[in-house]
Amino acid sequence: MSEAWIPPALILIAGALAVPLVPGRLLKAWLVLVPIVAFLRVLSIGMGIPAAGDSATGATLLGRVPFLGHDLVFGRVDKLSNIFGHVMAIAAVIGSLYALGVRDRAQHVASWLYAGGSLGAIYAGDFLTLFIFWELMAFSSVFLIWLRREPGSNAAGMRYLLVHAAGGVALLAGIVLHCEGSGGGWAFDAFDVHCMDAGSWLILGGFVLNAAVPPLHAWLPDAYGAGTFNGSVFLCAFTTKTAVYALCRGFGGLDILVPLGVAMALYGVVYAVLENDSRRLLAYHIVSQVGYMVAAVGIGTPLAINGACALAFTNVVYKGLLFMGCGSVLHMTGESRFSALGGLYKRMPWTFLLTLVGGLSISAFPLTSGFVSKPLIVAAGFKSHLPAVGFLLMLASVGTFLHTGLKVPYFIFFGKNHCSPEVWERAADPPWNMRAAMTVSAFLCFFGGCYTPYLYGMLPNPVEFNPYTPYHLTETVQILFFTAAGFFLLIRKLEPEPTVSLDTDWFWRMGGRAFRWFARKPVQSLDATFGELYRTAGLAGLMRSAGGVRSFDNRVIDGLVDGLASAVAGIGRRLRGLQRGALQESLALAFAAAAIVAAGVLFFLGAFSR
Amino acid sequence: MNPVKIIDFLRDRCRLLAWIGFVVFAILAAVDAVPSVIDKAHAHTEAEKTPLFWPLFGFVGCALIIILSKAFGHAGIMKREDFYDE
Repeated sequence: MSEAWIPPALILIAGALAVPLVPGRLLKAWLVLVPIVAFLRVLSIGMGIPAAGDSATGATLLGRVPFLGHDLVFGRVDKLSNIFGHVMAIAAVIGSLYALGVRDRAQHVASWLYAGGSLGAIYAGDFLTLFIFWELMAFSSVFLIWLRREPGSNAAGMRYLLVHAAGGVALLAGIVLHCEGSGGGWAFDAFDVHCMDAGSWLILGGFVLNAAVPPLHAWLPDAYGAGTFNGSVFLCAFTTKTAVYALCRGFGGLDILVPLGVAMALYGVVYAVLENDSRRLLAYHIVSQVGYMVAAVGIGTPLAINGACALAFTNVVYKGLLFMGCGSVLHMTGESRFSALGGLYKRMPWTFLLTLVGGLSISAFPLTSGFVSKPLIVAAGFKSHLPAVGFLLMLASVGTFLHTGLKVPYFIFFGKNHCSPEVWERAADPPWNMRAAMTVSAFLCFFGGCYTPYLYGMLPNPVEFNPYTPYHLTETVQILFFTAAGFFLLIRKLEPEPTVSLDTDWFWRMGGRAFRWFARKPVQSLDATFGELYRTAGLAGLMRSAGGVRSFDNRVIDGLVDGLASAVAGIGRRLRGLQRGALQESLALAFAAAAIVAAGVLFFLGAFSR
Repeated sequence: MNPVKIIDFLRDRCRLLAWIGFVVFAILAAVDAVPSVIDKAHAHTEAEKTPLFWPLFGFVGCALIIILSKAFGHAGIMKREDFYDE
């Protein structure tokens, strides 16, 4: 490395690789210590960034490593990478604290490699480094699904991996086309969104797949609902928000992202109404929340980019809190379906209260972090003269409160008790470390909402926005209270139903099944038919032709060879009569014959040369 | 502090809470309907200056989301839990 610059990703990756070697009694300390060191490293990097107003131009490129004629840049440091690096490191600290009791070391290795991949991608200054860390994220995170070791998690992990492998291939193809084909260069900077080449579109395809933009989104609820109780806490933070970072970096102002983002925000809300599994509901709600961010990237103004970063930051914290709450219910009871839960506040009161904080925060209640982050995007929509975008995003925020603030807490902790005796017996607040992780997140939700300079000071562009105006306060409270009124009036319609909802993953689930059927039925039966045909017609014909060859060999070849041999033997017998044993006479005859032949040859040569 | 006792205390007074809720709704509606109480200069659009705009937006939006989503779900999107089992 050209200078001693330690990437935060390196700390987590090295920490992960050392996990199998750490003695058992030191493991918990290691699990707490390493992410904290990575977070401190991120803080120290952040301190080197000048104060305000230098988002695009003030980047410092550090940690350059020459590799195959390229310069890998591990440390592009500016305000954009700093805010994402900061919150990802927080997510690693909280997620590791939450998973402290997990004995399966492979899960810790996978979690940290995954978090390291995310941090590496965020600080990457060139496409090659970005791609390496991007793939590290995909290939490590899949283990957080597989290691649940339950029926269905293997297949869910495989689907997740296949989708992300396809996205990775698109990204790589795009990088090669853009960097080499169009001469765009290897530095990962903003694209010219008004003149997109094929490579840029492919790179965008790789990014939006990870951001779960429909129709490429269905991997998310499929995988996050199937992950381990602690793995999904990591999953919900890193992949989508790293993609949002990449979109902010590369595609700010790309118009197509605005309708896509708004559609996402509403799509997630609709599916969250239908969903019966609490973690899949939260996963659909990630689609909705990332929709706000994607729309903000599409709007592309400094206020909108600030909004995307602020919402990503706060979302990592409160969505993590919600996944920890539902993960605690799953871990303690073995259930995550609303149709098998209910009334659990008596058994898990602290889990309920902490989950409620996450629900209120994501719904943008005053004094919580959602209240200071989400309005930036809505305001950016209105200020960019896109009133439809502003109102539709407000409608999506009604849906947010409806599901995450009301449906999740109500149907798990109140509502009709659907718990089986075993589930009820097992239910209790989770161990201290899980409660501590949730408490830290809940504190951050309030801290971010009450002390706005903490968040606004990190945003990439200067902030001139005050969320605590009387108008914004009353607007928010009115929407939330009247949404609650609608919820309680129509609560019967929201009663959990034990169903799954068809989504675009139907195409690859059923497509995979159709492919297997195609391999099993037409291809295999064709193969069997040809085998039979060969055995009956081909093999018999071959035997007949072999018999013909054998009789030809016996009669013709053997007869010819035998005849030739008997002819040679006859000539030999006759010649034997000429041999009388007189050597001198024989030599004289031979030389005479040779001389006659030589004279003849010379005569003919002379005649023709003339 | 036992949170269960507090929650049970509140649940036992459901009717009172409902009345408090109605009063809050009325106050919020009144705050919006009476023009001079809240300065709507910060409103993004003219439409927001209509009395009761955001309360109605919240209520109608919530009802629409629930009713339309459920109609969509029951139109063939929601399947039995074992739909994908082989």
